[in-house]
Amino acid sequence: MTMQTLPRRLGVAVVMAVIVGFLSIKLNTFRDYQIAEVATEVTAVAGLTVLTGLSGQISLGNGAFMAIGGYTTALLLMHLNWPFFAALVASAAVAAAAGAIVGVAAARLRGPYLAGATLMLGVALPSVAYAWPGVFGGDQGLNVAFTTPAFLGATFPLTRWQAWVSTAVALVTLVLLANLCYSRTGRNWRAVRDDEVAAALDGVNVAVTRILAFVVSAVCAGLAGSLLAIVTSLVAPGAFTITLSISLLTAAVIGGLGSLPGALWGSLVIVLVPTYVTDVATSHGLSSSVGSNIPIAAYGVVLILVMLVFPQGIQGGLRRLLTAFTGPDPKTRTRHDASAAHVTPSADDASASQHEKEGTS
Amino acid sequence: MSSAAVQQDGSPALAVDGLVAGYGGVIALDGVSISAGTAAITAVLGANGAGKTTLLRAVSGMIKPRRGRVLLGGADLAGRSPEQIVRAGIAHVTEGQGVIPELTVEENLRVGMMSWPGPLSRAPGSRSRNPRAERAAALDEAYGRFRPLADRRRKLAATLSGGERQMLVIARALLSRPHVLLLDEPSLGLAPRIMAQVMDLVVRLSREQGLTIVLVEQNARSALAVADHGVVLNLGRVVASADAQTLAADVALRHHYLGF
Amino acid sequence: MPVVEFLQFTLSGVVFGMIYAAIALSLVLIWRGTRLLNYAQGGMAMFTTYVAIEVIYHTGSYWAGFVVALAAGVVLGAVCQLTVIRPTMNKPPLNAVIVTIGLLILLEGLAGIFFGGQYRSFPAAFSITGLKVGSTPLGVSRFDVFVVAAVLVTTLALAAAFRYTSVGLRMRASAFNATIARLSGIRVARMLTIGWALAGLLGALAGVLVSPSTFLYPNSMDAIFVFGFTAAVIGGLDSPVGAVVGGLLLGIALSYVAGYLGSKGSELTSLVALGILVVVLMIRPDGLFSATKVRRV
Repeated sequence: MTMQTLPRRLGVAVVMAVIVGFLSIKLNTFRDYQIAEVATEVTAVAGLTVLTGLSGQISLGNGAFMAIGGYTTALLLMHLNWPFFAALVASAAVAAAAGAIVGVAAARLRGPYLAGATLMLGVALPSVAYAWPGVFGGDQGLNVAFTTPAFLGATFPLTRWQAWVSTAVALVTLVLLANLCYSRTGRNWRAVRDDEVAAALDGVNVAVTRILAFVVSAVCAGLAGSLLAIVTSLVAPGAFTITLSISLLTAAVIGGLGSLPGALWGSLVIVLVPTYVTDVATSHGLSSSVGSNIPIAAYGVVLILVMLVFPQGIQGGLRRLLTAFTGPDPKTRTRHDASAAHVTPSADDASASQHEKEGTS
Repeated sequence: MSSAAVQQDGSPALAVDGLVAGYGGVIALDGVSISAGTAAITAVLGANGAGKTTLLRAVSGMIKPRRGRVLLGGADLAGRSPEQIVRAGIAHVTEGQGVIPELTVEENLRVGMMSWPGPLSRAPGSRSRNPRAERAAALDEAYGRFRPLADRRRKLAATLSGGERQMLVIARALLSRPHVLLLDEPSLGLAPRIMAQVMDLVVRLSREQGLTIVLVEQNARSALAVADHGVVLNLGRVVASADAQTLAADVALRHHYLGF
Repeated sequence: MPVVEFLQFTLSGVVFGMIYAAIALSLVLIWRGTRLLNYAQGGMAMFTTYVAIEVIYHTGSYWAGFVVALAAGVVLGAVCQLTVIRPTMNKPPLNAVIVTIGLLILLEGLAGIFFGGQYRSFPAAFSITGLKVGSTPLGVSRFDVFVVAAVLVTTLALAAAFRYTSVGLRMRASAFNATIARLSGIRVARMLTIGWALAGLLGALAGVLVSPSTFLYPNSMDAIFVFGFTAAVIGGLDSPVGAVVGGLLLGIALSYVAGYLGSKGSELTSLVALGILVVVLMIRPDGLFSATKVRRV
């Protein structure tokens, strides 16, 4: 299903907002918190899936941009008493600047070299908080004061408001990203990903296109970091470890790289599976050392299995199921279908198509 | 439709029967049946995209045929891996870059001997008394036949000229002691004089060694000049199969499918 | 004295540099053979080190543990490649990234389950008291010398094996051109497994050599992995020489930073590493020792 026009996308967003709003009222506080978690994750993952899936640039360090967004928001809220939405926009701007810097530095890097550089970024940036504890609060981090606005009344639960705010930001981000993906920029991204030389010959400015993708993904991550700050009421280096960056990529790939619905599926998996497995473990009363590690091991198994069973990610798997039932829909296999553009040949043909590249006839 | 080029006991060395193969959604070979006579040179001709290279790849195991059989001495090799097929006695010299430039000439040649049975092999009569001596002897024989390689044995293959590389590739293929040699455009990119030398070599291999050769060539004229038998492919099908002189004399066929 | 200090920092930088080099080499080995980055390399090293500590605990012999660790590394590498990595070979490359990450997480979880999550101390093979020349402390111990020697010997042995043995030639041929290798009868799939097994050996070696300094816990090899990965990238992922040079460069540079900048310095090591990485990659986007590729237009 490709949403090709703005009204349709807005319509979908509104429907989802209503569903989430309904769920947030019906479900308990913990579920509201999970909704906020998922929304935060989706915001960041959506940006990363565009960067890695559409423009072909792997990043293992988007957690750094989240940290930038989170700390900017925390500092603005704390020192300048800005209203949250102003801080949100400012955080996005700062993250955008950081994304531009990183994008420029990474413009010539490819594949594992880009992965290595972004990995080191993800590791190194949080250490800034340790190095300048006076400003950034060091290990303890900074507390973020966030309350429900007055017009909602005194009894409106904070967690529900947090869920609403994060969902709103996530949906707006998704709509804007969808517009971008189907615009000329999106086509440029895919062109540069598929064949840089051909794209350059076509008049695409390869460097600018790649940098722009980094900026966009940094903005998304910055927004997510901002949300994380108000949802957890804290920004600390421990929240922005390399594990966070890696889990963003994991969510993007598991959901279906390059696909916005995939960002949602992947975020759901990343947020819900570990909690679920931990619940199962504790409900069986396992001892602390074993019990706390079984979810970890199980999570690893889930990652491996999903990748082996659904090489195209969950969105790709769903698409296969859909075409299995309904037959291939010519409308869906458009040029703009990011995941289809990324479809790899099946295992038997893969070596053949590689050989095909080596010769003709 | 195929007239088999037979040898004394009446059976061709290599036969392909109803082979269907392709890449992804594209069928490149659409039911091809070909026989290659023992110790004969069979030329496979046709325009670009006709399926010639795909045919060789399907025979050597680089791609898996979707249907059909590949018969060597009665055994059906279709679907086996390249490692198994080269051990069965079919060597494939691929189109284009055939040497490994990062290895030396001698190392490239040694790679050719990697299909020899190992010390634990159970094949009857395959375990040699002294494998090291055998390998050394085989290398010496290769250097004897291909002088320029002997001169450059310790040099990286990247430093060889086009003609020397082709020599190296063929020498390596011969070291696997094949019964059947598949050659994919061996003269591609070579100067005419070198091309003639390569063709010369091909002929000598078949006459002197009794090697069965399947030769894919864009240059149909020079291929038919050396071949015993010719097969013409078009769009994945066999459109003509006859001995080389008959094909060369068929002007209409030549114009239509072979470009001369 | 400043000269002595410089020498001490340099020598201890070399020691850690060799550890990073071992990890970097294992990554290069797997990269050259399979064009994959093994994000689980540190986790595999951690796991084999746990196996070693259990053997040492139950037999009382360090060297038994050492040997078992290396053997476990070989087995673990081969098993991982055969079970989990092989199915990803013809799929999109990022799938293998997630699979190795999943493997890392799985190994960390399993280590917690089987061996417990608390920090454990790991013995050193030799004395860790600082060596002296005359009355000047060198900043390194007998054990540190062993670390350097062990990595060096293993590296040279592997290099010799690759260069002079038939298996080595088969592995190189498979890495340079798998198609030609298969058409020549080389069982490329087997060579890939051997590559992973050797990488596992290198990782296991790094694990037992560094654990006396870092203590052993499920996440203890994460930082070492990051620096080893950085070293491999700096050196160029196709180059074993680059891995060693990258490791030494990084180890020595970080040693100076931590040494000369005191407590602030140790916070800044990863930033400095990032800086070095960015500088190197700006000059040579494929690493220091990469062969320059011709751009086809």
